[in-house]
Amino acid sequence: MASLPTRSPWPAFRALAQCFIPETARATDSQWRALESAVATALAVRPAWLRRQILLFVRLIDLTARARHRTGFARLDAARGTALLEGLAASRVLLFRRGVWGLRTLVMMGWYTDPAVIAALGYRASAAGWKARR
Amino acid sequence: MEGTAVSSIRCDVAIVGSGAGGGTVAAALAPLVAVGKRVLVLERGPRFLEADFTGRELDMAPALYADEGGFLTADGTMTLAFARAYGGSTVVYTGTSLIAPRRVIEQWAVPGLEYADLERRSRKYMEENGVHLLAPELVNENNQLFAAGAAAAGFHAEQFPLNLRGCRGSSLCNLGCPNAAKQGTNRVQLPRAERMGVEVVTRALVTRLGERRLHVTVSARPAGGKGADPEWEPGEYEIEAETIVLAGGVLGTTPLLLGSGLPGLPRRIGAGFTCHPAHILVAEQPRAITNDVGHPKSFFVDRAAAEGYVLETCMYFPFITAKNLTGFGAGHSTFMQAFPRLQMILVLACDKAVPDNRITMDRKGRPVVHYRFTDQVIESMVRATRASARIFFAAGALRVHAPSADPPLLEAAEAGRIDQRIDARHFRTGTISISAAHLMGGCAMGRDAASSVTDNRGLVHGRSWLRVADASLFPDSLEINPYLTIMALADRVAEGVLQDMAR
Repeated sequence: MASLPTRSPWPAFRALAQCFIPETARATDSQWRALESAVATALAVRPAWLRRQILLFVRLIDLTARARHRTGFARLDAARGTALLEGLAASRVLLFRRGVWGLRTLVMMGWYTDPAVIAALGYRASAAGWKARR
Repeated sequence: MEGTAVSSIRCDVAIVGSGAGGGTVAAALAPLVAVGKRVLVLERGPRFLEADFTGRELDMAPALYADEGGFLTADGTMTLAFARAYGGSTVVYTGTSLIAPRRVIEQWAVPGLEYADLERRSRKYMEENGVHLLAPELVNENNQLFAAGAAAAGFHAEQFPLNLRGCRGSSLCNLGCPNAAKQGTNRVQLPRAERMGVEVVTRALVTRLGERRLHVTVSARPAGGKGADPEWEPGEYEIEAETIVLAGGVLGTTPLLLGSGLPGLPRRIGAGFTCHPAHILVAEQPRAITNDVGHPKSFFVDRAAAEGYVLETCMYFPFITAKNLTGFGAGHSTFMQAFPRLQMILVLACDKAVPDNRITMDRKGRPVVHYRFTDQVIESMVRATRASARIFFAAGALRVHAPSADPPLLEAAEAGRIDQRIDARHFRTGTISISAAHLMGGCAMGRDAASSVTDNRGLVHGRSWLRVADASLFPDSLEINPYLTIMALADRVAEGVLQDMAR
C-alpha cells in the first residue's frame, strides 16, 4: 500500500481532508490508510511538475495559516481551516483556485472510492444491473 | 537505445492505435492478409480480460485512462479523458451512435468529403455494431425524468441509438462494460481482423515515427497489473512499413507527428484542437430514483445549431459526482448524501477551432494541450446550464446544483429566476470541474499543406505512405458524439490504402 511522505507538509493532510469532507473526522484508521494510499498512488503517476506544485501549495496553505493564526494548518479548528481554504478557492489568482480544486479532488478521489463510503451513500451499481433490482 | 537489442520487423501496413479509427482500419484491411500482406496493429494499452472489468472506480480509472482520466490542459483548468486499451476509447464510451450533422460536414468544407458518403458509411457501422434504441422498460428513471422534464420545459429530447448487445444495465459503461455488451472495436472489428490474420500487439508504445519506420517499445505486464501479457516479447522494435496509419487518438497521433522530425510536414499539425468542454449538473429529486442501474445515457437534447450546446443524460460514479459539485465542506457532503435521489445531466459546449487552442510538445517530448475558454464557449455552457435547470425543475427537482451560479444551489422556489442566478460572470475556471472526452483536431483534413494536414482520405500532404485515421482529422468540432464519424472516416482511409496498393 502506497503512503504519503511523513515529512512536512503532509501532516496537515488529514486536517485538509476534514475541511473538504467533514465525515472524514469519523474515518477509521484503515479508511485513512486507504485514502492516503489512493492519493499517494495517484500522485506517483502524475508528472513531477504537478507533484511539486501540489507539495508547494500544501506548504503555502500551512504558511498562510501561520501568518494569519500563528499556528500550522493542522492545528486549526475546522471552521478556521475551512474559511482559509474557501478564501483561497475564491482568490483572483488562478493558481490558488486551481490548487484548492486539485487538493479537494485528490481527497474526494480517496474518500468517494472507498467501498464502505459509497455503500453508505446508497450507490449500488453492479455488473448484475437490472437483475439485482427486480 | 544504446546497448539495447532492437528487433527489426517488416510489414505492409502498420496501424498505430486500435480504437474507433485503428480498429476500423484493421478490419477493413484484414482481407489483405489473405493475399500475402502483413498488417500490424500497435496498441499502447493492454488487452483486458473479462474478469478485469470490476466496475470499481479506483481499480478501473488508473487501468483504463491516461492519468486516471485527469490529463490536465496547460493551465490546469480542464481534464481530458481518453483510454489506453485494446479497443482504445471505445472500451469506455457509452456506445451512443449518432451520424454527423449534415450542416457540420458542410461547414467543414473539406474538398472531396461528401455528407452522403459519410452517412452511408456510418449506417454500415451502425448495422455492424448492432445499433438500436433501448426498449422502454430498460430506460431508468434518471433518463425518464430528463425526457419528461425536457418535454415539459419545451425542449425536444431524442433517444440515443446505442451499440449494445445483451446490455444488462450495469450502468458501468465508462469503466468498461463488465458484461461485454457494448460493441466497441474491442468486441467487433478487432476480433474479426485477428481472425483474418491481422496481428494486434498490445502494450506497444510507438516512441518515434520516421520515414516509413516506427520505433516501438513493448512493455511487460506489470506485477499484479490488469490485462494480458503482450503478444511480443518485451523489448525494442524497429518496424519498417510500406504504409503507416496513425490512429492513436488526438493525443497519440498529433504528438507522434510533431515529435517525428520528418522534414517538410504540414505546418498546421497541432492546430484546431476542439473537445466539447463538458460538466455535469446535478439535481435532487424528492424521492429515490433508479440512477445507478440501467444504461446511463439514453436521451439527449441537441441545441448545437441554435445555441451551441448539447445536453445528454448521464450518471456518474460517486467520486466523479463529488468532483463535479463545486466547493467542499458540509454543503457538498449533504448533497452527496442525497445520492439515491440525484438526477444528472451532462452539458457539452460546441466549441470552435480557434488559434489559441492547439497541441504542442514540451521539452521532454510530452504533449501539451493549450485551451482557452472563449466567450462563445462560456456563453454556450451558461445557456446549457439554464436549460438543464429548467428541465430539472420541470421534472420535479427540489434543488439544482449549477456551477455557474453563486451560490451554486438553486432551490425550486428560484425556478423563475434561473436567468439571473445562472450567469457567465460566475463561470470561474479553477473552481468549476470541466472535463472533455471528445478530443478532436490537430491533423485537420483540407485542401492543401498550407491550410491543413491531410487530404479527405487522411493522407498526410506530401507523404504518400502516411495516413491519419482518428478524430485528429476533424477540421472543427463535430457538435455531437464522435465515434461513428471516426469509423466512417477511417473506412475512407482504409479504402485509400487499398486503392494505393491496387495501383
